[in-house]
Amino acid sequence: MLNRYPLWKYLLILLVFIVGVLYALPNLYPKDPAIQISAANSGASVGDSEMARVDQTLEQAGIAVKSSESANGTSLIRLENGSQQSAARDMVSKALGQGYTVALNLADSTPQWLQAIGAKPMNLGLDLRGGVHFLLEVDMDAALDQRLDVNASAMREALRGDGIRYRNNTTGDNAIRFTFANADDRSQARALLNRQYNEFSFANEDDAGPTLVMTLTDQAVTDIQDYAINQNLTTLRNRVNELGVSEPIVQRQGPNRIVVELPGVQDTAEAKRIVGATANLEFRLEASDSTSADQQQAFDFRNDAGRKAALERDVIITGDRVSSASTSFDDSGRPQVNINLDGPGGSRMNRATRANIGRNMAVLYIEHKTRTRTVTRDGEQVEERVPYTERGIISLATIQSALGNQFRITGLDSPTEARELSLLLRSGSLAAPIYFAQERTIGPSLGQQNIDRGVMSVIVGLVLVLAFMIVRYKGFGLIANLALTVNLTLLIAAMSILGATLTLPGIAGIVLTLGMAVDANVLVFERIREEMRSRSIQQAIHTGYERAFTAILDANITTLLVAVILFSIGTGPVKGFAVTLSLGILTSVFTGVMVSRALTNLVVGGKSLKKLWI
Amino acid sequence: MTQFDFMGKRKAAYIISILLTVIALGALAVKGLSLGLDFTGGTQVEVSYAKAPSLDEVRNELGEAGFGNYSVQTFGADTDVLVRLQQTFDEGIGDQVISALRAEGEQVNLVRAEYVGAQVGDQLRDQSGLGMLIALGVVALYVAFRFQYKFALGALISLGHDVIILLGFFALFGFDFDLTVLAAVLAVIGYSLNDTIIVYDRIRENIRRSQSNDLVKIFNDAVNQTLSRTLSTSGTTLLVLLALFFLGGDMIHNFSLALIVGVVLGTFSSIYVAAAMLLLVKLEREDLIPAKRENAADDELP
Repeated sequence: MLNRYPLWKYLLILLVFIVGVLYALPNLYPKDPAIQISAANSGASVGDSEMARVDQTLEQAGIAVKSSESANGTSLIRLENGSQQSAARDMVSKALGQGYTVALNLADSTPQWLQAIGAKPMNLGLDLRGGVHFLLEVDMDAALDQRLDVNASAMREALRGDGIRYRNNTTGDNAIRFTFANADDRSQARALLNRQYNEFSFANEDDAGPTLVMTLTDQAVTDIQDYAINQNLTTLRNRVNELGVSEPIVQRQGPNRIVVELPGVQDTAEAKRIVGATANLEFRLEASDSTSADQQQAFDFRNDAGRKAALERDVIITGDRVSSASTSFDDSGRPQVNINLDGPGGSRMNRATRANIGRNMAVLYIEHKTRTRTVTRDGEQVEERVPYTERGIISLATIQSALGNQFRITGLDSPTEARELSLLLRSGSLAAPIYFAQERTIGPSLGQQNIDRGVMSVIVGLVLVLAFMIVRYKGFGLIANLALTVNLTLLIAAMSILGATLTLPGIAGIVLTLGMAVDANVLVFERIREEMRSRSIQQAIHTGYERAFTAILDANITTLLVAVILFSIGTGPVKGFAVTLSLGILTSVFTGVMVSRALTNLVVGGKSLKKLWI
Repeated sequence: MTQFDFMGKRKAAYIISILLTVIALGALAVKGLSLGLDFTGGTQVEVSYAKAPSLDEVRNELGEAGFGNYSVQTFGADTDVLVRLQQTFDEGIGDQVISALRAEGEQVNLVRAEYVGAQVGDQLRDQSGLGMLIALGVVALYVAFRFQYKFALGALISLGHDVIILLGFFALFGFDFDLTVLAAVLAVIGYSLNDTIIVYDRIRENIRRSQSNDLVKIFNDAVNQTLSRTLSTSGTTLLVLLALFFLGGDMIHNFSLALIVGVVLGTFSSIYVAAAMLLLVKLEREDLIPAKRENAADDELP
């Protein structure tokens, strides 16, 4: 029979709708402002005595607590009032001291039964929540240079170990060059190094004496770059976690960029210092009388202007071998950093110190920095970044006995510096220097304002469209409106399920979808009106839906193509817009064709009607 | 059904379209788009005062604090001030600006601070231009595949018409063209194409069904048949866009403006430009009925 769906189709649509409602529902529960407390050392947890202290502190300050809960060693304290959130954080942080990380959080208030089926509210983008957004660029050239330096150092050691003498050694242009006294030495060296370093391609050059040129293969360059960015991602994640931010985002974007988003953070300066810091340590022996001149490098002391010391060029270990670090004070009250090395680091340190008891060992503090200066190139003002490295000795002490994998270093300026150094050593160093390519800070008031305005425009837009459809299509307008409501529900449910982030342009996308979603129904209804002139009512409805379908399909596929392109070029908020637009197209085709058809069939299908209320 | 002689008045429409396109191209060439921070790079800081400040005073305070090359303007409400700085970013620029502005004891709060590196801006600009071209190309291919290449040509010209005039509109009035506006332009491409395809779909259907070779009449019928749909959809879309424009706040003001202008343009171009272009590219019945001979043979069988 015309215009009747089999029962299973109605049930299927009903099922989709119910699932949609369930998964859209969590968005109706507002998130609670909360503070989250966790112990700074993993493994430790927040105990009852700490919680009692926190409760007391908050009570004294007159901050109303809604509820508090503990799970997996972290505690979450929900507050009644969002404006007291940062005050509460500061107070709790002070009361608990250094051993705990206290972070601002927005806690879900989704009821248990919804959580049980995995329903959760949409994530809010930074423009709706407030916070900081960084786009970091990884300096790939520097990553390559660093790797070359490390390799060159190891090669020098290998050559010396085999008693092969070389005259000069330089690095640059993805290549390491050794110059030898004669071709014989060179071929020996080549044979030796060729066995160990297969990421280099080897070549001989004779322009300035017998030279061995080892160039990184393209594959090796790609590997090093991948390693650099992945290592940086890991490091940044560690650091962001140490900052105590809830729901941070650290993501790779493109070949050499990293996005860091810290919701709720307002102190940009601190966040930038920690995220972008490139401090590291190097341990080297002081040059002795037997060290040849080209194996020496002189460095200034960081805290003792004018004092210098000559160190060996070879590095025993760097801060990368540190497995954990913490701060404390020595007997005379100066800050010190206690260091634990990992296995290989410990044994290398042990070997180097055992063989050199009585000599001095230096700890070098290294910072990679960039200087930006404006230069005129081809008549245009261009910004040029000049990377440079600052190295300074923080301590030089005599090796009394062989060191193991635990020791401490002193000579730091202040407790803050000691704390930051230990944080950086803990979280690992950046494999390549990074610099800030983009930064956005959004104040919390703007975020709330954006939400209010966005919700307002969705509601007003929806009401206007609903009214328009009723006026224009009467009874069928009602069907379109029901379909539109289902559409909005499904769109929100889809975004929540996919974990899409809602941004202000994303809300605009929802509003726009509402306006355009009725298009499918408009097409159908107009077609029905037209067909009614030449056919019976039931046939007109049937043909109307059939004929309008190709137009609906073509029109929506092309719009979807544009949305996908928008997604691929857009960043941040614009991506959010593209996501909502794409999902909106999919849901509106479903509701415009299936749901509205089902409703029409249910109401008028199979009945003998004289007049259609359209 | 009311019948408008759209095709008969196509000369007038051509003139309007050409005129608008020329003005748009002129505005783009002479004034150029006033590109936003996303594309130029630089720093901008938005602050909110408790009381409306005098902009001259704000400028003085910035000058005294040693900032060079800045511009100050109100943003939305007259208590909100947007400061743009050419200089490169350094740590906590937002706080620096705030403390400079608080010099006289005013109550100022940071709303947002943004920094975009020049390189990122350049790259995004190239990427966006490319993205727009790819979008046009891909949809043209799709139309060529689903309809016929002459339709693709018509759709492409009609979309290009919309995009150029929309960009020209932004150039002429000096509105800020940022990433959200670019998103709006792409959405307009999608929307206008949607409209165009509805009309084309009807044209295709009518050509296949009628025996007439009077394309002008077929086009007129198709445009008229889809007219109430076109106006309904544009109507609902404009309704929600107006809601967004008036209620959505400053951050998406230009975004909704671009969409409003774009939807109006898209509606006009799908009625006039897109269909009329099919006449210009000399669409013929045979273009759509390649299998005619075969079908005719089938029909003749008893």
